[in-house]
Amino acid sequence: MKVLMRGNEAMAEAAIRAGCRCYFCYPITPQGELVEYMARHLPRHGGVFLQAESEVAAINMVYGASAAGVRTMTSSSSPGISLKMEGISYLAGARLPAVIINVMRAGPGLGNIAPAQGDYFQATKGGGHGDYRLIVLAPSTVQEAAELVMLAFDLSDRYRVPAMILADGMLGQMMEPVELPAPIPPEKIPPKPWALTGAKGRAPNVASSFDLDPYRFREILRALWQTYREIEKNEVRWEEYETEDAELVLVAYGTMGRICRTVVRQARKEGLPVGLFRPITLWPFPYEPLRKLAERVPVLLTVELSSGQMWEDVRLSVEGRAKTPFYGELGGVVPTPQEILSEVKKYVR
Amino acid sequence: MEIGVIFAGFGGQGILLAGKVLARAAMERGFEVTWLPSYGPEMRGGTANCTVVIADEPVGSPIVDSPAVLVAMNEPSLERFAPRVSPGGAIVVNSSLVSQRKERADVKMVFIPMNEIAQELGEPRCANMVALGATAKILGLFPLEAVIAAMEEELGARGREKLLKINRKALQRGYTLVS
Amino acid sequence: MSVNVQIPAGYVPVYTRPRSLSEARFTYCPGCHHGIITRLVAEAIDELGIQERTVGVAPVGCAVFLYEFFRCDFAQAAHGRACAVATGIKRANPELIVFTYQGDGDLAAIGTAETVHAANRGENITVIFVNNQVYGMTGGEMAPTTLPGMRTVTTPEGRDVRATGYPLRMSEMLAQLDGPAYITRQAVFDVRHVQMAQKAIIKAFQNQLEGKGFSLVEIVAACPTNLHLPPAEANRWVVEQALKYFPLGDLKVRD
Repeated sequence: MKVLMRGNEAMAEAAIRAGCRCYFCYPITPQGELVEYMARHLPRHGGVFLQAESEVAAINMVYGASAAGVRTMTSSSSPGISLKMEGISYLAGARLPAVIINVMRAGPGLGNIAPAQGDYFQATKGGGHGDYRLIVLAPSTVQEAAELVMLAFDLSDRYRVPAMILADGMLGQMMEPVELPAPIPPEKIPPKPWALTGAKGRAPNVASSFDLDPYRFREILRALWQTYREIEKNEVRWEEYETEDAELVLVAYGTMGRICRTVVRQARKEGLPVGLFRPITLWPFPYEPLRKLAERVPVLLTVELSSGQMWEDVRLSVEGRAKTPFYGELGGVVPTPQEILSEVKKYVR
Repeated sequence: MEIGVIFAGFGGQGILLAGKVLARAAMERGFEVTWLPSYGPEMRGGTANCTVVIADEPVGSPIVDSPAVLVAMNEPSLERFAPRVSPGGAIVVNSSLVSQRKERADVKMVFIPMNEIAQELGEPRCANMVALGATAKILGLFPLEAVIAAMEEELGARGREKLLKINRKALQRGYTLVS
Repeated sequence: MSVNVQIPAGYVPVYTRPRSLSEARFTYCPGCHHGIITRLVAEAIDELGIQERTVGVAPVGCAVFLYEFFRCDFAQAAHGRACAVATGIKRANPELIVFTYQGDGDLAAIGTAETVHAANRGENITVIFVNNQVYGMTGGEMAPTTLPGMRTVTTPEGRDVRATGYPLRMSEMLAQLDGPAYITRQAVFDVRHVQMAQKAIIKAFQNQLEGKGFSLVEIVAACPTNLHLPPAEANRWVVEQALKYFPLGDLKVRD
């Protein structure tokens, strides 16, 4: 049965259905509905909802709950995610699974609350200190947002790597019909023998990202990087739309991805051979599929709500095989399909 | 087919709710649909608008360049959005708050004194449902019953029987006022 | 490394390593009060028989290796965040007995917000707060609890309160809140005070077992290394200098 839900609400409900039982937060726009939804619904499922004193505290509560073996999540928007970065680095270092939702808004600084995609670098290239990666999933519809939240919990548990949902204010605020995924029964969530449950009949477990010995720490990081290679091998996700005969392919993710879908339709109506390549995993980034595309498509036009962040990964994929122009909007302004179409027409006719 | 509708007015006029009810009616009738609100610190008293896109294939952009229908509940909304209405489209104007004038010659202009009608029905807050009734008629995508059912579902727990009754009447009045 | 002592026939051991401690050697400096306090925590866990359900939260500071000393599950927290991490663990699994062990820089400077709010929520955890008036591990910098006029590497002329403020009396602040169940200040510079501190630590864990809520034991401690004093003189320094600013006793006891 389809229900009409805001992206923020659908993500919250999906988290509950994925078995999230501890959620820690600090209020910020435009993800307020997510917090409110969790406050109303999570306790009814026997879960813990706690509004923390800060983003810093919230992510460290996530660290504690995750160490205790529970599926746990926090959510925020760009400035709040900056504050969480310390804790995210510690989660990554201690190999604790967790889901972090970023409903992006325009920055830097306080910026504004309009949708933007300026946190791509922060999400995919680090953000916190040290040598780590996050699994980064970018939904473009409310339906996909719900599904990717479920997936984020699974992947994060499977690889013991924190996962981030990179959404934006538009996706968080908009309503769309959604077929909610079925709840995961608690017994289907894999056991976590590493969790801090009390050292009864076993050696103590320690959740830590600390080792003063560089050679031992190197081994820890090597194992981590081995995991990252596995994720790169198994978990790359993307969508192609009308790319078979395309002479120009738009490359866009999230909200921009869905807007570009409209651009493709309008272009096709006018007889222009335009397609769309939409990365779903921003890390691992779909370098290989994009490279293959560049071998037969002469122009890959990257469109972002930023000054060109994913664009760098597009160019790394293409390595000069195709033209890689860029079209971006700044400050929370969302370009209309018409505006993007005008840009497209500079390259195909 | 992809049809955009913009509802705009003051915060507190029930703009977002009118859009939600339309979106829900469309969903129940099997259409693809998106509802996108303006959001911000102006929770009350500021301007509010929302965009509903109804389509027969998955909706791409929830932002609309040229809406087929604009509902302008106040003066600033008409000024802001009227130029964007697609030729051959329609503008539903709340003539209680907006002066009657031919803002656009190439679109159908419908003037309805929504506040007066709402007052008459005994619930000043149901002006938005008058607007929605008129919009449903203009769109002609589904019968009024679909909108009434969606309204009842949307108000759900909030809706006392008396309020539902008035809202039903408001939707009907709006619907019948469009020729 | 373990030290095996052959117990001669007819002798009964009256003082042994607490069961909750591992074989690892403490990394504290000679004369440092941390060693006594860490042991007191282990003895309290033994006394209450809760080793198999206890989870500790290690700080950043001189006690950073705490998880190696204890024979129970441990989480290593980011600097200052121990109370938030402990909140997460305790809320996720209320059956666990959760304690943090933090220094003054960790708890009263970078972690002030986490500490105050965990206390204010009445979070059912036990907090051991070692106040030695200095950042020990990083090389003896000024702490929020450094005494007026006290020399540290970042106050080479002595702490000037006009420029850097006054020693923060965290326990007095926390005792003003409605949330906490038990706030007490103790010391370990002589046997009598060690025994009193031990009672306080046991009470702080007992409170958690009884679901009473946030319990904090502050211990005014000596850091001989950064005071540049022999251990015995450092002990005297605690009595003559530190206790003037940080008087001992219960600040809040909720029954």
